[in-house]
Amino acid sequence: MPRYQFLFVWLCLFLVSVLPVIAAGFSPLLAWRQPIYILAGFTGILALVLLVFQPLLAYTHLPGIYRLRSKHIHRIVGGSLILLVLMHVVGLWITSPPDVVDALLFRSPTLFSVWGVIAMWALFVSGLVVAVQPRISLRVGTWRLLHKTFGAIVVVSSVVHVLLIDGTMENVSKYVLCFVVLFALVFSYKNTRT
Amino acid sequence: MFDPNRRRQLLALTGAALTAVVPGLMTQVRASDLVPTRSMRGGSNNYLPNAPIVKRIGEGGFWMTGTVRRAGDGAPLEGQRIQIWAHTTEGHERDPHSHGATLTDTNGEFRLEMPQIVPAFGQAHGHLAYDSDDFETIFLRPVMSSPKDKTLSAHFVLKPA
Repeated sequence: MPRYQFLFVWLCLFLVSVLPVIAAGFSPLLAWRQPIYILAGFTGILALVLLVFQPLLAYTHLPGIYRLRSKHIHRIVGGSLILLVLMHVVGLWITSPPDVVDALLFRSPTLFSVWGVIAMWALFVSGLVVAVQPRISLRVGTWRLLHKTFGAIVVVSSVVHVLLIDGTMENVSKYVLCFVVLFALVFSYKNTRT
Repeated sequence: MFDPNRRRQLLALTGAALTAVVPGLMTQVRASDLVPTRSMRGGSNNYLPNAPIVKRIGEGGFWMTGTVRRAGDGAPLEGQRIQIWAHTTEGHERDPHSHGATLTDTNGEFRLEMPQIVPAFGQAHGHLAYDSDDFETIFLRPVMSSPKDKTLSAHFVLKPA
């Protein structure tokens, strides 16, 4: 890959990751939220940012990162996603326990929480498939297909979850980030190389 | 035979006529037999019983309004205690100082000034409760059409307990 192309791709990835977080940092809503609620919101935004990289890492699409390295980082990012989602849910639960209980039991009045909980379970299952795969001797094709399918559910549900929320994310950076997250998924799945 | 285009037109016209007339007939029926309001999902979240009757919650600047009527005949109910709470510029839903109550006037109307409601848990919304003894308990959770709104309203139709 030519040097300018390499720099362009990484500059785009840098901007699409950092700008939404900075923009959310300027949200007027933050003034009226306690630290734990603010933390809960930002762990959600960071998880969304990581979703851009996850499929690209799985199929070694990030310029300058080679196969084994890419797979290794993919695993670290996967673990980080699970950790961030747990922090997101626990933070929200501390802020308002009944709203989170409603969401987890699928009886919330807000549609976005249903999508958030679907994304959370799909993420856990996707991780679980990888964790148990060596022990239950699944065929490579089978676990990869399962992991990939649940990964796609995570991405699509997360994007719907985010788009329906009126929260701290600034709208333009939110839409751009969601588009890039979907694009990264489609691009990686259409150009599979392992 | 009917030209299919004309048949489609007739169907559309009949549909339009029905949608115009039927809801009108239904509200006429309802006026004499007003159905009780049902509690909304999540309405009772962060409810704190016995919020005090206050002139205003916090510094004010936002109005929660509404009506309380009796199921069946729709008679306005005076002196009913309505409890109100929300996530506002002055506090979280769970904070006791975000809660307050008010009474309805002779027209069954209530108005309580409170701090500006701001989006929390993904939506700008308020909570209202009727939970006195005379009628069945109701919890409402109205959503603001815009977070910039300066007022929000909710209506109660109560069924005797």
